Amino acid sequence: MSILEIIVFLPLLAALAIGLGAPARFIALSASVLVLIMSLVSAIQFSTSIEGTMQMVSTRPLLEMDGFPSLSLSFGLDGISLVMLLLSAIVMLAAVLVSPKEEELERNPRLYYLSLLLIGGGALGAFCSTDLFFLYAFHELALIPTFLMIGIFGAGSDRLKTAWTITIYLGVGSLILLVGLILAVSGLGGSTFNIEELTALASESPMASQMQAWVFLLLLVGFGILVSLFPFHSWAAPAYAAAPTPVAMLHAGVLKKFGLYGIIRVALPFAPSGAEALLNVILFLLLGNIIYIGLVTIAQKSLDRMLGYSSVMHMGYIFLGLAAGNELGLSGAVLLMFGHGISIALLFAMSGWLREKYGTLDFDKLGGIGKQVPKLALIFGFAAFASAGLPGFANFAAEIEVFIGAFAGAEDGFGWIQWATIISLWGVVISAVYMLRAYRSIFMGPIPKKVEAPGDVGWNTRLPLLILLAALMAVGFVPEILNQYIRPAVMVILTAVG
Amino acid sequence: MPVYFLEIIVVTLGLLMLMVDAFAKIEDKRSIAWIGMVGLLVVFGLLFAVKWPESADGAFWQFYSANDQISLFYKGIAVITTIIVLIMAVDFRHIVVAQTADPEKGAHPQSGLGEFFALPVFACAGLMLMASANNLVSIFVSLETVTITFYILVTYLRRNVGSLEAGVKYLILGALSTGFLVYGFAWLFGITGSMQLAEIASSLADPEVNSAAALFAFALILVALAFKVGGAPFHFWIPDVYQGAPTPITAFLSVGSKAAGFIIFLRLIGPFLASDVLAEKICLVLAAIAGITLIMGNLAAMPQKNFKRLLAYSSVAHAGFLLMALASAPTKSAVGSLSPAMVVTFYLGAYLLMTLLVFLVVTTVRNSIAGEEIDSYKGLAKRSPFLAFMLIIAMASLAGIPLTAGFYGKLFVFKMAADQGNWTLLIIGLIGAASGFYYYLKIAVPVFFATSSDDGSGEEISSIPVSAPARVAMIILTVAIIAVGVNPNLIITLFS
Repeated sequence: MSILEIIVFLPLLAALAIGLGAPARFIALSASVLVLIMSLVSAIQFSTSIEGTMQMVSTRPLLEMDGFPSLSLSFGLDGISLVMLLLSAIVMLAAVLVSPKEEELERNPRLYYLSLLLIGGGALGAFCSTDLFFLYAFHELALIPTFLMIGIFGAGSDRLKTAWTITIYLGVGSLILLVGLILAVSGLGGSTFNIEELTALASESPMASQMQAWVFLLLLVGFGILVSLFPFHSWAAPAYAAAPTPVAMLHAGVLKKFGLYGIIRVALPFAPSGAEALLNVILFLLLGNIIYIGLVTIAQKSLDRMLGYSSVMHMGYIFLGLAAGNELGLSGAVLLMFGHGISIALLFAMSGWLREKYGTLDFDKLGGIGKQVPKLALIFGFAAFASAGLPGFANFAAEIEVFIGAFAGAEDGFGWIQWATIISLWGVVISAVYMLRAYRSIFMGPIPKKVEAPGDVGWNTRLPLLILLAALMAVGFVPEILNQYIRPAVMVILTAVG
Repeated sequence: MPVYFLEIIVVTLGLLMLMVDAFAKIEDKRSIAWIGMVGLLVVFGLLFAVKWPESADGAFWQFYSANDQISLFYKGIAVITTIIVLIMAVDFRHIVVAQTADPEKGAHPQSGLGEFFALPVFACAGLMLMASANNLVSIFVSLETVTITFYILVTYLRRNVGSLEAGVKYLILGALSTGFLVYGFAWLFGITGSMQLAEIASSLADPEVNSAAALFAFALILVALAFKVGGAPFHFWIPDVYQGAPTPITAFLSVGSKAAGFIIFLRLIGPFLASDVLAEKICLVLAAIAGITLIMGNLAAMPQKNFKRLLAYSSVAHAGFLLMALASAPTKSAVGSLSPAMVVTFYLGAYLLMTLLVFLVVTTVRNSIAGEEIDSYKGLAKRSPFLAFMLIIAMASLAGIPLTAGFYGKLFVFKMAADQGNWTLLIIGLIGAASGFYYYLKIAVPVFFATSSDDGSGEEISSIPVSAPARVAMIILTVAIIAVGVNPNLIITLFS
């Protein structure tokens, strides 16, 4: 077994063990620690000197049949999937750490941890797969566990409705995606599901441009629903608000990135001229994410919904990086996927803690608790700065790359993308407004009478918060940690796109 | 061992079970079911030891196809279904006894149970024969063997109005569809002058064939077969019959009868598709029927409140996906595309695993929970996490979530439709699959989300006992669903 196979199957086997009666929290915790260690090992083993090809590849052929693309269970890493692997492993560990202990859960603690491991394991599998079929299949692993988690352990009286909304929305999205993938594979000869081979085929004998436009459109909508691209975003914020904390962390932090990863890994290389044809549509939609959703975020009255919308909003920047279509923009997008994933997981972890201790996340019922929970307030401040894109955090490095990448080419005259970049810059102001406003109304000012001090965060919660913060700051100060992996992989994608 | 011994053994087994019931003085009639299960397990083993005849010249082989790997697969489906139906029937015995036993003195306390175990074995023999039928006569005979057995089994709970109603509906509509089938056969014989499928195929391939007459024959046969497999608009019997029939028999109808219906479908449609004149029109009709079936099955399943009724509509919906594969049959020129026979057979294999798993859960739960309404499954996750888990796996597979067997079935069907450019059908299929997410997961709401405090009755929560054979069968089916969901070759190698 290769190291990647172990990384992918360990959480799934751990979930099975929990189902059969092993101690839930202990098994889940050990599995996610092991996964993180092995992900770091594979990052060390990963050679940045080999240009761009998949590394640590393992392949098990499954199906060779007339009229159906050959199918194999194969895993491999390039720089982009390595970064996504690290993101998933870090957030998964943090999510398990902030989960309530078995005895604190009213019912079904087994199901809780089992679902968590399935969601995490699915994400790991999707990012490590080099076979299109399993890339798709592993992502779908999260669908039912998410439904159960929100329905059983979620917050709020309308959680059942929210559980249905996210399940149906994502289910429909994945079906549209499936059709797009089937069309793409058929259009590229229908001989294989292997992503590398398909990419090579796409640059040697590309599909007809009209076919490419259709394929890209289907993939954009399919992946776009998963990423909550405007106007397919309406499931996201209520779902994150209703979901149990670790599920919100995994979904907003990791799973959402799968849609973007799919666009980079599949949609762009398979249908480059389709992407070009739809560029202006993408620009329009991403401005919808940044500006419209940004204003919606400002209008939110409770922290969980605000964070949900802010995570929708930030997807716009990543799309801007993708739309730039150059090395800087694309690597900035990948870096931002990492930075945003970590920072939103961090924010959701704290919002979950606040909801549990104070019983509410409404801005007008909270206030001044900075004095009661100074340590949390400090970490929250850092996370808010990161999210708003201040220097010193991964998000800043990434956003700079995205903006400069997207603005490049301005000397040859302003195109749509340069205008879009300029408008997008206002998003930074919007982020600052809602983040600082949230910070002020929660941690500053007078304390409402009803609020009693629960005591500051203990080490149980502090540890995962610090892990996430450390990752955010390390990459923020030395973006090269990840950029060295990202750059060669991005170059391969760009060569394929042409 | 010659292949036709299989059917002979199964019929003998059924007769043996009847004899034991009639003459041996046994207290607990469950042993009759054990005899059946063990016998069928032996038959299942024998499937792998079949010897094909060296030449297919004898008169017998004009009725029974020789050297036909795919028929063995369908025989395997019949045998496995019957074994699991017997397991369910044993768990279901209390209800059968309560609604059939004679209250008069002197009767055996379990009178009537023996035949309930023996009849499925006869139906199994009919299904196995159907898999090998290559002649209009043998198709008809085997089909009626099965159908008549089902008439009895559906009405078996004779003190239950629902069961009687279901039986009468099934009988009347079934007889009507048989009439259509025979009439169609008569036309087919009139056009081609033969009862043998191979000769019919070569006659129909003749470009000079009377296409109007051939299409009329096809239409008649299509009506009958659509009735058997539950294709709209001939599916109206399905919800009532599925709901009223004893649950093990519903499972049998849903899997065994459907699989057998589809192999006949494949065999009878083959000759028509081989004809250049007819193929295009036939695909169009099939596409229309598939589209209506998908819409009716999926949309009607959504508002259902009774779980068995929901499964009935789900069975209609799956018939729609299977018909979609038939309607997307590649034209002769298309090289290297998926064959409808392969896709349909794989789909049915996957369908067997997940449907039998659901019905095993339903039968087991029925012993402890009085109703079959979806709401009556409230709190199942608390009373039996095992059953709840099995149920959610089966539902995920029926809904076609990846990494379960059901997903590959749908993927193959969608791939075929896309290859043939059947876009309308593909979109209808997608809408169907999307609504499947809703109605299959609906059962998770009472099972997982409802707390015991929602109940209000303050009833004590007891765990639900699961009999050992049912438990073993459920675990095997679940493992198979996930294993096939990762590697579809596990099923495909069995028939290719």
